[in-house]
Amino acid sequence: MGGMQGFGSVRPETDEPVFHARWEGKVRAMAQRSFGRYFHLDEFRHAIERIPADEYLRASYYEKWLIATQTLLLEKGVITEAELAAGHALHLAPNPAVARPAPPPLHARFKSGDRVVTKVIHPKGHTRLPRYVRGRHGVVRTVNGPFLLPDANAHGKPPDWQACYAVEFGARDLWGPDAQAGDRVCVDLWESYLDPEEER
Amino acid sequence: MTHDHHGHGHDGHHPEAPSDVEARVLALESLLIEKGLLKSSDVDEVISAFEHDIGPMIGAKVVARAWVDPAYRERLLRSGSEAVRELGFDYPASTQLVVLENKPGVHNAIVCTLCSCYPWPVLGLPPVWYKSAPYRSRMVSEPRAVLEEFGLRLPAGVAVNVWDSSSDLRYMVLPERPEGAEGWTEEQLAAIVTRDCMIGVAQPKVTENAAAR
Repeated sequence: MGGMQGFGSVRPETDEPVFHARWEGKVRAMAQRSFGRYFHLDEFRHAIERIPADEYLRASYYEKWLIATQTLLLEKGVITEAELAAGHALHLAPNPAVARPAPPPLHARFKSGDRVVTKVIHPKGHTRLPRYVRGRHGVVRTVNGPFLLPDANAHGKPPDWQACYAVEFGARDLWGPDAQAGDRVCVDLWESYLDPEEER
Repeated sequence: MTHDHHGHGHDGHHPEAPSDVEARVLALESLLIEKGLLKSSDVDEVISAFEHDIGPMIGAKVVARAWVDPAYRERLLRSGSEAVRELGFDYPASTQLVVLENKPGVHNAIVCTLCSCYPWPVLGLPPVWYKSAPYRSRMVSEPRAVLEEFGLRLPAGVAVNVWDSSSDLRYMVLPERPEGAEGWTEEQLAAIVTRDCMIGVAQPKVTENAAAR
């Protein structure tokens, strides 16, 4: 949503409770018990992103969690539409062993201080390259990881471990002259999202 | 079900039918319980953990320690997760905590424009505004306007660094220790470190209440 307009001002709530209703806690518990067992976070985020845009903007945070949890439990065969319709269990749930592989040693193409440019790509599936930093020039600030590339991991593709960089962008390079000179935005970006600046 | 007629409206139950979303939650919950994938006590555990055990008081203790102990501050800035564990708190291995140091001329703030990533092991669950479209869309493009809505007006000489959490790192802001809090105990200091200070939309204020603790 970075840089989108028209949502109005931020409205903090006084004395906000942790959960606004018990069902929110239930949704959180159901999702938490499923993470790492039936699905992982990248799949979950993608399931939320697959909610049609108009519904996404209308739904509350935990409504989105409910939709994503139910979608993934259906897709993984943990529950079925027939069971939801019947209101009771009709078969045993699978009990998969979800092993998260240990990360390999870090191999980083870039180092702190390197100038990079983000790729202009527009994936149909899940990605963690925000639109507002596509095709922008920045500087590597820290080198981290390796982390699994979410673009592959969200879609059940083989694990793709990559270095991940905190890349710093000048606010004016992103937003133009209305931004304050000297202000910066830092975004964590996986190596395959980046090219060295001189190649472009 | 019993048919007694007293107590209605006094027992904490909603007299009306459950809303659509509550009904959908109930349907999924009962299915998962029947399949042995969820216990009703799981729900109470999750709610209780976030209502009582995991919250901004953890981050506040970490900040207060960093203010009084320069060696700890150094360790905290080097590895946030380790330094949090050092104080006896859990920090799960699924993410790594990176602590961002505010200093003269540099103010940090965090956001997640893609979803709602948040350092919950040290701050608890995020407030609704942090997960809302206005904050997620505007905090990267017009952070100074957003900060002003929180009552924080920063001079042009202070650079605003906004950190958009998009990976397995979670960020938390280490605010500057305010003037007027010299000689305070860690407990007094922790009392002025609010959640918003560690998100970066506020700065700690010295209050008479905290000084009198």
